[in-house]
Amino acid sequence: MNHPIEIYDLHKTFANGVIALESVNLEIEEGEIFALLGPNGAGKTTLIKIICGLSTVSSGNISVMGLDIDRHYKEVRKLIGLVPQELHTDMFETVWDTVCFTRGLFGLPKNDRLVQVLLRELSLWEKRGEIMANLSGGMKRRVLIAKALAHEPKILFLDEPTAGVDVELRQDMWGLIRSYKKRGVTTILTTHFIDEAEELSDRVGIINKGKLVLVEDKKSLVSKLGKKQMILKLSSPISYLPEIFNEFKIEIKNSGEILEYTMPDTDQGERVSKLIKMLETQEIHFKNIETIQSSLEDIFVRLVSKK
Amino acid sequence: MVKQINFVGILTIYKSEWSRFRRTFWQSLITPIVTTMLFLLVFGNAIGERVGGINGVSYAAFIIPGLIMLTVLNESLSNSSFGIYMPKFTGTIYEILSAPLSPIEIVIGYVGSAASKSILLGLLIFFTSTFFIDLPIAHPIPMVLLLVIVSCTFSMIGFTIGVIAKSFDHLQFVPLLIITPLTFLGGAFYSMDMLPAVWKTITLFNPIVYVISAFRWSFLGTATVNLNASLMVIFLMFFVVLSLIIIIFKTGYRIKT
Ligand SMILES: Nc1ncnc2c1ncn2[C@@H]1O[C@H](COP(=O)(O)OP(=O)(O)O)[C@@H](O)[C@H]1O
Ligand SMILES: [Mg+2]
Repeated sequence: MNHPIEIYDLHKTFANGVIALESVNLEIEEGEIFALLGPNGAGKTTLIKIICGLSTVSSGNISVMGLDIDRHYKEVRKLIGLVPQELHTDMFETVWDTVCFTRGLFGLPKNDRLVQVLLRELSLWEKRGEIMANLSGGMKRRVLIAKALAHEPKILFLDEPTAGVDVELRQDMWGLIRSYKKRGVTTILTTHFIDEAEELSDRVGIINKGKLVLVEDKKSLVSKLGKKQMILKLSSPISYLPEIFNEFKIEIKNSGEILEYTMPDTDQGERVSKLIKMLETQEIHFKNIETIQSSLEDIFVRLVSKK
Repeated sequence: MVKQINFVGILTIYKSEWSRFRRTFWQSLITPIVTTMLFLLVFGNAIGERVGGINGVSYAAFIIPGLIMLTVLNESLSNSSFGIYMPKFTGTIYEILSAPLSPIEIVIGYVGSAASKSILLGLLIFFTSTFFIDLPIAHPIPMVLLLVIVSCTFSMIGFTIGVIAKSFDHLQFVPLLIITPLTFLGGAFYSMDMLPAVWKTITLFNPIVYVISAFRWSFLGTATVNLNASLMVIFLMFFVVLSLIIIIFKTGYRIKT
């Protein structure tokens, strides 16, 4: 079975010498929502543009469903729907016409039924006769989504779908994206919002300065790289820990009131119970215990600042 | 690898360009027709009285083919350059580029609609002028064929300009500073035979001389420049421009980053 998208050793240098992508390798899984997370200028848009035929490859290979994107560009493009980052629209075209136009470009016959369903789902049905110039930014974005879906693609690219969208509309957008996943559409979205990646995606790729720093299942990303810590509030402050605790990574904080234990990634709980037993035998009592786990945000900041 | 031609896609571009023309349908038809009639009034009647006939026809009838070409060349250039520059300018070109359309298919869509409009205009000017003057038409079918190939060639040139242009000013530059002067100097209003020998030789480097001469031949049955030479130049221009446009589109120059 071919992956929806396979990228091998992709490099992109723009005409002005800017290196936008460096040795990017990536495989997208069938039916997943993949979040490409990275700060502005990381190369997210460039990667999408290359796959969709808007930008050229400097070196490397990309295939979509096993088809090379250059040699089989027609077949490949039929599989892909693209919602660009910028709200590019023809100001004087109506919502209805512009969605039908896209379907036509993809070589498909008119299908009023499908366009109607799309517009209703995106709450655009009432606006179908309106020209694009009269729509708000959020509506324009939804029209672009309708256009991207007008040829029933298998793969959907959403470049910063919620940039500049207010909080409620963001929730709506997330709901929509999830509903497309349910229908089996493989979705690749880019975002510089960590909560968006955390909320929506199955897997996350972190990109920074043109390099794909890490690709992980969202859950294992957090458990693997997320620091797990146990905070113990002591009944009475201590000034030092006996040497036998040296095998644990413990810091004494708040002038001896708090012990902060950083758990190793591999810990399944047996180390924790050992520590608690040892504390009891050493008569170090605690009144409260809590564990904290760093979020995707902490991980992201750590990875990005390391470079 | 079976690469099917995306006919529906081509037609979609073609139709959407036509609906763009339709928004300003009357201006875009009336303006060139009125302009031509004014030329006809001033040059054909006022001046023509003094000039008398050229090559055995009235001066008015002599300049009509040139006047039609003047409009056809300019309209072809401006419509197609605008047609492709607009989506570049607004960013909507992303849709065209990410659709399953080959460079040639895209060119056919845009150039086809711009050329159709020019052909329609050329024919309208022709029919309108028959109301005012006695216009012979020696070779009607070659006349239409010439109109078609010239419209296509100059629509492709316009398309290339639109692709290369970085601002709206650039779109005006070539029509205004190159094509219009070349048309005026290309024998739209006079016969090459009226020029001194030196100038006559110089004008032979102006490709529009051949276009106008061949087109006039289709009306009057006589040509100022050798007809075969004219046809050769016209076909050569067509294929040179066609190749240029395909190369430009394939390399993605000024379209893809
Ligand atoms: N057409 C271009 N020409 C030159 N440099 C570009 C072009 N487009 C983007 N870049 C540069 O490439 C880098 C990546 O840009 P982009 O992919 O848009 O980042 P992101 O989408 O992650 O914010 C940036 O440094 C940007 O300035
Ligand atoms: Mg971007």
